[in-house]
Amino acid sequence: MESCNCIEPQLPPDELLSKYQYISDFFIALAYFSIPLELIYFVKKSAVFPYRWVLVQFGAFIVLCGATHLINLWTFTIHSRTVAIVMTTAKILTAVVSCATALMLVHIIPDLLSVKTRELFLKNKAAELDREMGLIRTQEETGRHVRMLTHEIRSTLDRHTILKTTLVELGRTLSLEECALWMPTRTGLELQLAYTLRQQNPVGYTVPIHLPVINQVFSSNRAVKISPNSPVARLRPLAGKYPGEVVAVRVPLLHLSNFQINDWPELSTKRYALMVLMLPSDSARQWHTYELELVEVVADQVAVALSHAAILEESMRARDLLMEQNVALDLARREAETAIRARNDFLAVMNHEMRTPMHAIIALSSLLQETELTPEQRLMVETILKSSNLLATLINDVLDLSRLEDGSLQLDLGSFNLHSAFREVINLIRPIASVKKLVVTLHLAPDLPEYASGDEKRLMQTLLNVVGNAVKFSKEGSISITAFVAKAESLRDPRAPDFFPVPSDNHFFLRVQVKDTGSGINPQDYPKLFTKFAQSQSLPTKNSGGSGLGLAICKRFVNLMDGHIWLESEGLGKGCTAIFMVKLGVTECCTESKLPAATNASMNHAQTAFPGLKVMVMDDNGVSRMVTKGLLVHLGCNVTTVSSGDECLRLISQDHHVVFIDVCMYDGYEVALRVHEKLTKRHERPLTVALTANSDKATKDHCRRVGVNGVVLKPVSVDKMRSVLSDLLEHRNLV
Amino acid sequence: MDVIQMQRTWVEYTKSLYREGFLDSQFAQLQLLQDESNPDFVVEVVSLFFEDSERLLNDLTKVIDQQQGVDFKKVDAHVHQLKGSSSSIGAQRVKNACVAFRSFCDEQNIEGSLRCLHQVKQEYYLVKNKLENLFSLEQKIVAAGGSVPVDELGFL
Repeated sequence: MESCNCIEPQLPPDELLSKYQYISDFFIALAYFSIPLELIYFVKKSAVFPYRWVLVQFGAFIVLCGATHLINLWTFTIHSRTVAIVMTTAKILTAVVSCATALMLVHIIPDLLSVKTRELFLKNKAAELDREMGLIRTQEETGRHVRMLTHEIRSTLDRHTILKTTLVELGRTLSLEECALWMPTRTGLELQLAYTLRQQNPVGYTVPIHLPVINQVFSSNRAVKISPNSPVARLRPLAGKYPGEVVAVRVPLLHLSNFQINDWPELSTKRYALMVLMLPSDSARQWHTYELELVEVVADQVAVALSHAAILEESMRARDLLMEQNVALDLARREAETAIRARNDFLAVMNHEMRTPMHAIIALSSLLQETELTPEQRLMVETILKSSNLLATLINDVLDLSRLEDGSLQLDLGSFNLHSAFREVINLIRPIASVKKLVVTLHLAPDLPEYASGDEKRLMQTLLNVVGNAVKFSKEGSISITAFVAKAESLRDPRAPDFFPVPSDNHFFLRVQVKDTGSGINPQDYPKLFTKFAQSQSLPTKNSGGSGLGLAICKRFVNLMDGHIWLESEGLGKGCTAIFMVKLGVTECCTESKLPAATNASMNHAQTAFPGLKVMVMDDNGVSRMVTKGLLVHLGCNVTTVSSGDECLRLISQDHHVVFIDVCMYDGYEVALRVHEKLTKRHERPLTVALTANSDKATKDHCRRVGVNGVVLKPVSVDKMRSVLSDLLEHRNLV
Repeated sequence: MDVIQMQRTWVEYTKSLYREGFLDSQFAQLQLLQDESNPDFVVEVVSLFFEDSERLLNDLTKVIDQQQGVDFKKVDAHVHQLKGSSSSIGAQRVKNACVAFRSFCDEQNIEGSLRCLHQVKQEYYLVKNKLENLFSLEQKIVAAGGSVPVDELGFL
């Protein structure tokens, strides 16, 4: 802007120049006015423009400049003072604003410039990020490939599929030219080419295992770059001039035995396979780190998958083996069952076959007993009967050997006369002994109780067996039997350290010694003595027969009676002593032998009357007393009734055979006790029977404690009374 | 009435007594015990039973009516006796009533005991009545020259 505030003299202006100036000024003004308008327009359009204030300033500056030039237009011609003033004002303002703007720009322009720099920087960054993302995407792809590969590998348990899939997938992922797997041979000295990617049927190339390159690969668990010229890598004719890089990695072949529980197996004595991977030739590709990592990961996965496959094979094999064994066992079991069934059938049949004649013998002997016999004949028949009964029992026991084995045999406990048991055994054995001219002596200790409680039958059986053996194995001489109550010290047998008999108040230990002067026992045979069916091999005994069961059964019985049996002998030809101890109960009761044999056979139930049986009835209830009396009178008894305990005790005597006591009376039990006390001699004491209306256990226990011979429930019928009396008189006890 | 009819009536009557539970098998046992050597056994036993029972019932009434506290031990003792007697001759309903009575005695329940006593008395009088009828019928049969047809009862 030229200073055009000079008041020009009235010179004839250069008209043309003035005109041009005029026009220029006009256009300048126009331009100056339109610029802010444009600015405003575009700024309004744009969302981002940080320097509005600068814009305003700038705008103001331009507007004012424009204004100045516009006003200048008027100064070409003569103008008034007002115009001059306006002009001046405008110019001043313009000056101010321009200076301000100039000053402002100093601050603004560097900022604007830096924006530009930043923009450039950001663009670079974006480019870089782009590149990186491309890389990551590649890696991601690769990772996905690995996962897929692993999945493929793991999805099968078939060894071949695993290996083949590995190669295929690797080849695809990494775009390999060739991929090969070398497996160690059976001998472990060579590697054989097992699988390749491109070649369909790899011919059996082998490579010795101890090449340095192979050792190098095997010694590290990383993928190692090897030379394309090494024997393992020279698989195919070179496709191009420059072979691609080759990498090899070891694949551990894991066995079940390699796994220690808590840590990953130490790869010490392991076998490895070798995986060789070749990049395409003539490409500038190099093995990247991440590709190597991928290869290592895959190798590990393959190892795991292979071991799984191996484990599976192993377990399948084991399962097949087990199945075979199961089948064999099943067969064996069935055979055993058949054998057992056959045996049981045999036993059952034999049982029946053996019992029938026995029954015939017993039945006919009892019938014989009923006939007229001389005393000697009677004795003989009784002996026959006793023996047959014992034999019948023996048959039962022998044929039920299995019951004995299970321990399901139970003793029949009861009271019996111990002395007479011994005597009976002696009587049974005496005939046979006298035939062999053997002397049999029995010695019962004076402190041996007369009565005992236990299993009489089995005790006698044991005794008979032992004595029988003594007789059997003695050709001459004597058999002596001693029986006494064992004292505490003698209860311990050095041969049986775990036999701890504990005598108690209600029990005593009976010790029986049977000494013979027979052939003795060979010390070698001792262990087999009590074994079933095992007979000693020495000549003298071979002819004596016997099933070899006797001692075994005795041992079982003796054990059941909490006792012990053993034999002592000084040697062959020096005789033998059999000793056994059994636990018997102490009993006060006087009862007769329970053997079904002999003497009681004559007592039968056809007897309805008990003529002359002296009976006393004690009951405080008149009506009951009368009824009971009536019953007994009907049965032919001689009845005395009493209504109180005192009266009873006063009148009771040994003449009375039976006393019926109503124990529901308040002193009923006491009376029973007193009766027992008053008449203590067991053989002549009247039998006491408790009459009660209660059948509960307490009453029964009380009656047992008091020692009555029987308990009868009121009200009593005729038949019941009859059977009570007959049982009582037969057994002297109500069973 | 002629003998056969009387005998038939007797049989029916006796059967009805068993059916209605007045008598049980124990009474039948007593009837069995009656024979030539003991022709009046049943009547004697039953008369004794009547005497005993009436005595017991009177005693019971006295004890229970006591104003100053009932001695249940005594009550129990009497009832026990009555139960024994009635079961000995087969008076079933009396015996059952006695059993119930005893349980109330155990609980020391006066109300219940009183009720039971009435029950027992009732049963007793009933059975007494029945038996007296039976015996008078028997006497009539015997007087008419017949015999009491015990065998025809059939279920003994």
